[in-house]
Amino acid sequence: MRKTVLSAAALGGAAVLALTGCGGSSNGKPSSGGAKVNLALVAYSTPQAAYEKIIAAFQKTPAGKNVTFSQSYGASGDQSRAVAAGQPADVVAFSLAPDMKRLVDANLVASNWDSNQYKGNVTNSVVVIATRKGNPKHLLDWPDLVKPGVQVITPNPFTSGGARWNVMAAYGGTIAEGKTPAQAEAYLGQLFHHVPVQDDSARASLQTFVGGKGDALLSYENDAIFAQQNGQAIDYTVPANTILIQNPVAVTSNSKHPVQAAAFVKFLYTDTAQKIFSDNGYRPVVTADATRTFPQPTGLFTIDKFGGWSTVSTKFFDPASGVLAKIEQGLGVSTSK
Amino acid sequence: MSALPSDAAVLAAPPVRRGRTWSRPAFGPALTGGLVVVYLSVIVLIPLGFVVAKSTTGGWSAFWASVHTPDAWSALELTVGLSLVVALVNLVMGTLIAWVLVRDKVPGRQLFDTVIDLPFALPTIVAGLTLLLLYGVQSPIGLNLAYARTGVLVALLFVTLPFVVRTVQPVLLELDRDMEEAAASLGAGPLTIFRRIVLPTIAPAMAAGTALAFARALSEFGSTVLISGNVPRQTQVAAVNIFGQIQSDNVHGAAAVSTVLLVVALIVLVLLNVIQRWVARRD
Repeated sequence: MRKTVLSAAALGGAAVLALTGCGGSSNGKPSSGGAKVNLALVAYSTPQAAYEKIIAAFQKTPAGKNVTFSQSYGASGDQSRAVAAGQPADVVAFSLAPDMKRLVDANLVASNWDSNQYKGNVTNSVVVIATRKGNPKHLLDWPDLVKPGVQVITPNPFTSGGARWNVMAAYGGTIAEGKTPAQAEAYLGQLFHHVPVQDDSARASLQTFVGGKGDALLSYENDAIFAQQNGQAIDYTVPANTILIQNPVAVTSNSKHPVQAAAFVKFLYTDTAQKIFSDNGYRPVVTADATRTFPQPTGLFTIDKFGGWSTVSTKFFDPASGVLAKIEQGLGVSTSK
Repeated sequence: MSALPSDAAVLAAPPVRRGRTWSRPAFGPALTGGLVVVYLSVIVLIPLGFVVAKSTTGGWSAFWASVHTPDAWSALELTVGLSLVVALVNLVMGTLIAWVLVRDKVPGRQLFDTVIDLPFALPTIVAGLTLLLLYGVQSPIGLNLAYARTGVLVALLFVTLPFVVRTVQPVLLELDRDMEEAAASLGAGPLTIFRRIVLPTIAPAMAAGTALAFARALSEFGSTVLISGNVPRQTQVAAVNIFGQIQSDNVHGAAAVSTVLLVVALIVLVLLNVIQRWVARRD
């Protein structure tokens, strides 16, 4: 019996070593000696349609002639975690900067990734209030959302990194109306008492809303445009005071093809690519002759107004002590102890 | 009677070798035993051990602090409570379905027999979406259960349906009808026959299926994430709470809540095993 256990343990150890050994070596792709190179694009899911068109356009240029792409799309946080854990990537695109910061901390993206004139962001958007067609409840601005009987749909800011833009838009929008930070935090608490469904992602929230639940949906402008393009009967209002959503992109520092990867990222800022982004509802970062005009909110602000994402992440979204953690824990029954 | 698959796997290694082909003693069992241990280690034990180890990195107080936040704790309470209800409903309805499939000549029962396993084949996120469209705000049959605990319950019942049916059914098929006929000829009523003859035979299978359904309900994510509404302290189940902690880079908290689920499942599985042994000894 003892012998059995020992031999089994030895086998187990050997198997584990073999497995980890395999995992380590399979990460390194053989770099192709031929003319063709393959770039791995790891991106968040909403700009998938835009990226597919942009890649096709890039491959028609001299710089992109011999470049093929493997593309991976998913939730921004999941994609960032996967790359941090070893998923090969040459170009990464996320919905918010903290997902890029994770890769900077892991030494996978250079710390000066945000040093170009666009601060590393390739597209913009704004947080809007989407409503039923015709806006029957006249929901136009932040105070309207906490009126009695109004139901607001927004994803859970702890399961959806992108939902944090919505929270900061509501917070900053309230401050811009002359409230103190404490009053704005109280407003967030009120707001979440009007949220009957906290989906795990922005797209799931959109699904919930077009499925008939709620009076308003806090949404990215590009998502609202996407829904309209798909024939959904919704309207949206850009509040006077709202946040500028900025989506970062970068070349990884361990890319096997840094020249081609940099060329692709450079292409993302061309008029061709920026126009494709705007066709898909994003606000271009380069002033191009966009096909659609985007209304400019008078009180547009950025995350820098609150000290940038690293400050905001700790203050608002720390899972134990953040403002939103306290709000979420205060929902439902008044006491649990 | 093999009760749980894990028991069956352990018992499967034969202690006595027959025939002459096995000339080298001790090699056979060492190989099979070793293979089983390695397999279980790589596939199950090391990953589970890793989760538990991760949850206790900060010591007991950090573990307790992660688990006892108002939202994590109510998610755990809701999940365990719903899973118990789901297990009990499955115990009764699963046994009834197995009985009907084996004993009653209901028209179309072969079709039912084929359909039973389909919840396993459907990705649970599709199950959640389907239930949401059927029993949601725009329900075509006017039944709105979504974004409430009832909706979660229905989703869990859907994904756990096959367990009790598929554990009880083969035992019912094997059951010797002669004993029941003998009992009937001696004047026993159908209830007595069921209680004294059928039930003792199928009880271990019922318990095993119920335990599997319970464990499955504890961990369910895909079907509940859409239909529950995920409001913390109201409809958020433990798996969604864990997902949120991972998305917030709080791996320790996620591991801590997962460990509680593992411990609850372990307690239930051990408890059922003890009951089964006790029942077996009484026979």
